[in-house]
Amino acid sequence: MSKSNTDYHAAGDQEVVYKKVGTRRLFSNPDADEARDHFTSQSRRMVDKTTTVKDAVANLISDGDYFAAGGFGSNRIPAAVLHEIVRQKKKNLGFAGHTSTHDMQILIAGKCIDRCDAAYVVGLEARGLSKNARKAFENGDIEATEWSNATLAWRYKAAAMGLSFLPARSILGTDTVKYSAAMEVPCPFTGKPYVAVPALYPDVAAIHVHCSDIYGNCQIKGISISDLDLARAAKKLILTTERIIHNDEIRREPHLTVIPYYEVDAVIEVPYGAYPSNMAYEYFTDEDHITEWLNTEKDEKAFQEFLDKNIYNCKNHWEYLEVNGGLEKINELRIQENLSDKV
Amino acid sequence: MSNYNGMELMICLASRYLEDDGSVVVGTGAPCAAAMLAQRTRAPKLMVMFEAGGIGPRLPSMPISVGDSRTYYKGLLTTSMPEIMEACQKGMVDYTFLGGAQIDMYGNINSTIIGDYDRPKVRFPGSGGANDLASLCVKTMMITPQDKNRFTNDIEFITSPGYLTGKGAREAAGLPPGGGPYKIITNLAVLGFDEETCRMRVEMIHPGITREQVIENTGFELLWAPEVLESEPPSEEELEILRKDVDPRRLIIGRG
Repeated sequence: MSKSNTDYHAAGDQEVVYKKVGTRRLFSNPDADEARDHFTSQSRRMVDKTTTVKDAVANLISDGDYFAAGGFGSNRIPAAVLHEIVRQKKKNLGFAGHTSTHDMQILIAGKCIDRCDAAYVVGLEARGLSKNARKAFENGDIEATEWSNATLAWRYKAAAMGLSFLPARSILGTDTVKYSAAMEVPCPFTGKPYVAVPALYPDVAAIHVHCSDIYGNCQIKGISISDLDLARAAKKLILTTERIIHNDEIRREPHLTVIPYYEVDAVIEVPYGAYPSNMAYEYFTDEDHITEWLNTEKDEKAFQEFLDKNIYNCKNHWEYLEVNGGLEKINELRIQENLSDKV
Repeated sequence: MSNYNGMELMICLASRYLEDDGSVVVGTGAPCAAAMLAQRTRAPKLMVMFEAGGIGPRLPSMPISVGDSRTYYKGLLTTSMPEIMEACQKGMVDYTFLGGAQIDMYGNINSTIIGDYDRPKVRFPGSGGANDLASLCVKTMMITPQDKNRFTNDIEFITSPGYLTGKGAREAAGLPPGGGPYKIITNLAVLGFDEETCRMRVEMIHPGITREQVIENTGFELLWAPEVLESEPPSEEELEILRKDVDPRRLIIGRG
């Protein structure tokens, strides 16, 4: 039959069978109507949302909330917010272990998490594994449900689209799907099996960006990872930014805006706010500091002193930077980022 | 005595499978070194992609994270993880490389746990992007040391799909047709997969390595290609580029 005469709609005449292939707990409600109730109730007024990290964490993150961090573990993470969560001793947070590395290492050091959607956890990529993070999973301190990076990214995307799930063609047939909370559904048109991944609407997310106006209209340089979907999926969003720019700047080049103000609940100017992670075109990862963190974890007492020095005894991100070399250190990392040292 | 080590040999062998008009998603470490070597030798137009969103970089040096700024240095596009994974899902990506703690005779890989899921003896990172890449790219490769514990059918958790339980199992499970493991490059041999049974088979053995050594270091019965070739050692040119340009600090090749 020629293409012009084919009725592709006829392909789906079969009985629909759903399979509960994932056996683990789903930590958040995927219901789009429940999420919609929340989003419709939000104000759309473009008002000044600038605040402090301390107030944003105190006012927007509650014990027991499901939290997600933007960036990619050791790249453009909202470090100032993560440290403040630890300082304020937030407890029983759910966490999206989506490409998480140093971000999760910080929250586990503060014993802030008790459940985790695990796509990538406990490792720091080529740097090795975090002893402390491994222990938290191996002891059962953190309940896990398994995913992959793409399925977890698509869970954000489903939420960003205002849906309760998306179909995908990954993870089927493996233990990753068995230890997930996914369903298997047939395509209504072709009858072929898909994995249905439930929408993930985090209670609150934090994302660090290059620049934002006081309302939350913001720009990111370099890769965006899953942040554009995460920003739209989260019920509340804390934005930290390298710098605040005037709204005129946003309006001059609106094609550069990646998140509009109405998705944003708090804006805080935190220069070097991704340190010690890599901020695209600004500063490279402080590999020495992350190596020190990994090594110090091996000795419990030394690690506690390390945390006191780097988190608990620091008032804010500026003091944390000072402890680790301040602007002079940032300048070294800026040279590395721009490959000026020819390394 | 050879003038190269096992890691150098594996990287060179892996790089030779990457074609000029192909696309590959790589991670950090040896696979990235293989892609960089390929770009600097026989495949200058190889399209390199990273799962965090970097497309088409001119890699200046080895990234330490698949999302660090090296992964999009002088690149064509900085985009998102969903865009990379969706490109894989629609069939735009030819090759990928995976790692793992265990692999079985169907090329299924464990990078999640050893022991009970709720109280694991060892917790590893889990899938990351590995399952997605193994599910969605056309040809999956692996660069790994070979020993009995790693090459085992007592795999404790299938994180990423090989051929699952054999021929047709991927498609039956719902994975896109035509994908699956392609080559496993170890310190002893190059292993492929038998078309009928989808079981791992020996296709090349490295210079100075015996069949017995390959068998002794595998926890399951291997199949053998009708003609088992000797792997071609690295050329002087490959070694020079690998040592001087790709990995001058010996971060990867220093591991032997």
